[in-house]
Amino acid sequence: MNDLPKQKETNLSFEKIKKDILHPMQNHKGLELWIVFLITVISVCGWAYYIQLKDGLGVTGMRDYVSWGLYIANFVFFVAVSLVGMLISSILGLLRIDWITPISRIAEIIAVAFVAVAGLVIVLDMGRPDRVLNVMIHGRFQSPILWDVTVITTYLTVSALLLILPMIPDLAICKKELTKASPIMKKLYNILSLGYINTPEQHKHLHKMIRTLMVLIVPIGLAIHTVTSWLFAATLRNGWDTTIFGPYFVAGAFVAGSAALIIAMYFFRVNYKLQDYITDLQFDKMGKLLVAVCLVYLYFNLNEFLVPGYKMKTGDDIHLKELFYGNWAIMFWASQLLGNIIPIILLVNKKFRKPLPIMIISLFVLAGAWFKRYVIVIPTMLHPHLPIQNVPENFVHYYPSAIEISVTVLSFALVLLIITVLSKIFPVVPIVETAESKGIEVKIDA
Amino acid sequence: MKEETSNNSRRKFLKSFGISVGAAGVVSSFSLIGAAKAAAKKPAEMVNLLTQDGQLVQVDKNQLRPTVNEPLDELQKRGREGIPGKSFVMVIDLSKCRNARKCMSACQNHHQLRADQHHINVLQMQDADHTAPYFMPKPCQHCDNPPCTKVCPVDATFKRQDGIVLIDNERCIGCRFCIAACPYSARIFQWTEPKDAEKYKDLTYNIEANVPQKKGTVSKCLFSADRLREDKLPSCVSACPNGVYYFGDRNEDAVTNGTSGETVRFSKLIEDNAGYTLMEELGTKPRVYYLPPKNRAFEFNGDLLNEENLH
Repeated sequence: MNDLPKQKETNLSFEKIKKDILHPMQNHKGLELWIVFLITVISVCGWAYYIQLKDGLGVTGMRDYVSWGLYIANFVFFVAVSLVGMLISSILGLLRIDWITPISRIAEIIAVAFVAVAGLVIVLDMGRPDRVLNVMIHGRFQSPILWDVTVITTYLTVSALLLILPMIPDLAICKKELTKASPIMKKLYNILSLGYINTPEQHKHLHKMIRTLMVLIVPIGLAIHTVTSWLFAATLRNGWDTTIFGPYFVAGAFVAGSAALIIAMYFFRVNYKLQDYITDLQFDKMGKLLVAVCLVYLYFNLNEFLVPGYKMKTGDDIHLKELFYGNWAIMFWASQLLGNIIPIILLVNKKFRKPLPIMIISLFVLAGAWFKRYVIVIPTMLHPHLPIQNVPENFVHYYPSAIEISVTVLSFALVLLIITVLSKIFPVVPIVETAESKGIEVKIDA
Repeated sequence: MKEETSNNSRRKFLKSFGISVGAAGVVSSFSLIGAAKAAAKKPAEMVNLLTQDGQLVQVDKNQLRPTVNEPLDELQKRGREGIPGKSFVMVIDLSKCRNARKCMSACQNHHQLRADQHHINVLQMQDADHTAPYFMPKPCQHCDNPPCTKVCPVDATFKRQDGIVLIDNERCIGCRFCIAACPYSARIFQWTEPKDAEKYKDLTYNIEANVPQKKGTVSKCLFSADRLREDKLPSCVSACPNGVYYFGDRNEDAVTNGTSGETVRFSKLIEDNAGYTLMEELGTKPRVYYLPPKNRAFEFNGDLLNEENLH
């Protein structure tokens, strides 16, 4: 089976690796323009949020029945994508799988960006964001929201550590090599590199720390998405009141996260000219991984929909019929087929695991994953136990308003901005680890 | 019938007026505004009021404000504690409900809600294809195992010793988890500036009536906890013209019909009429009991939508 082109015996030297990886950080034309664009989007959409703050959540499409809408669906999506950090750098890292070396940092950057903004999205959804500190002052630990706040902040912290700690040797190189960097950046590299000069003792301590964090983040990563699923599963509503929501969400998160990583890999490979590092091998392996997690997710979907669909209890009956062939059928089947089943069929073929095709497939998977969250959150709210009566017409349907969509665009722009800035100030491919994995001697000057 | 109702409310007005203004200052809060409104249905904008020292004055209707004498801290404290020794229950006799909706409007009046905001909502129900339809008033069920208070991250919604589930909109962060958790869809959210927000903005917040309402917070039925403190029946119960509601104390095993004023044994009422609770399979243990729509108190030919059958 493994008749892939073996990683070519490269003619890479440590100097060349350094140059290739550090070069785009300083000389990437268009990056500034992209950042300006993102900031403009954030400002414009920030104005939409200002209107929401001023006039209340009534400017959204949400009403008393669909009281969680686009924001919460998007929150679940962000949490899901962020789980890729735990999957790649931790689970595969602990298994000492070596092809992840050049992409583990991208995975970690995605994790940090998405989980940080996920926390913010919850605040954007609050009716009284000015009272957010009540969660600390009057916090009740019986509420799954408290669990969510706890695990999200913990996951953000540990993910940030898992981004920075393995980067210490690289930062020591940045300190030396990036002579054109601004004084602030030089200071940042100086502080974060902690005087690392790659002595055997430093090396040993650093790797011990990293491995500890890698073990630590597994339960935290599982917890963050399991708890997010419990926000729904802890209620008595048809469609949410199920016992498999925890693992179902975790499996779905691996799908969304892997797809996001593949897209980011492609982007950095092309734009940062990293073809020698993020090679076809990484795309091929990620393709296989995506098939594996999609299959697991498909299995959970079968359980989630087939079992209640077989019994058709009164409440489930209305809900499932709406999903299977009612108002939600297009979104439901599109997310299942385009976001899961067809990608599985395509990606078992080697030729679809080449960088460009797999990137395009991943775009569908990621979009499907987003719409899947939408289908999980909103239809259930439209199908309460008791009939919806004596309320205006717009209570009975849910269409996100322009303001709601703008605020959601804001959150996406913010994620992209964080990813862009992190990839601008930090090397996106680990320099030292890459050299070490290729058996090239590493030298870091004091 | 319409004539009668308006007379009735005028009488009620005079009564509450006497208690609240005449009798030395314990101003009986929110009924005043509702009553004043009823009185001011006439084009005149001025209302006659008796001051504490016995003078009759004319006041602009718009000047009237529900008043609360206690400071916020005291209201919050007693609101969270509840009324000791009580265990409030409601019984709703479905055979008598003919969708008059007086309960809904009285409630909206009391709690400063818009016409589309329901602490209590009269639903038109039909349990299965061939069963008879019926009207079902649905307030908060004040569950003894409340799914809503469990999930609140800040203890803004809570259950107190007398069984009532309240919401503190001074603390609510507007996450709406309680709305998602409630299987009875009993909670509403103030999506925009509440009704008459400007008018009531200086009013001290009374947790037992959840007024004034606040933008960005959740609101819900409170069994009119402020009225219970004054030994009155909840607004909806008093307003019903058809004898649908009984309300009382389970500890005393007594419930009073809001229309007839008749007090009966709670246990016997439930036992004799096969009382039940809503969706008991969910384990929420409601405090609102329903009596099945059997032997209707009005002509019923299976067609609920034909108004003539109902009044």
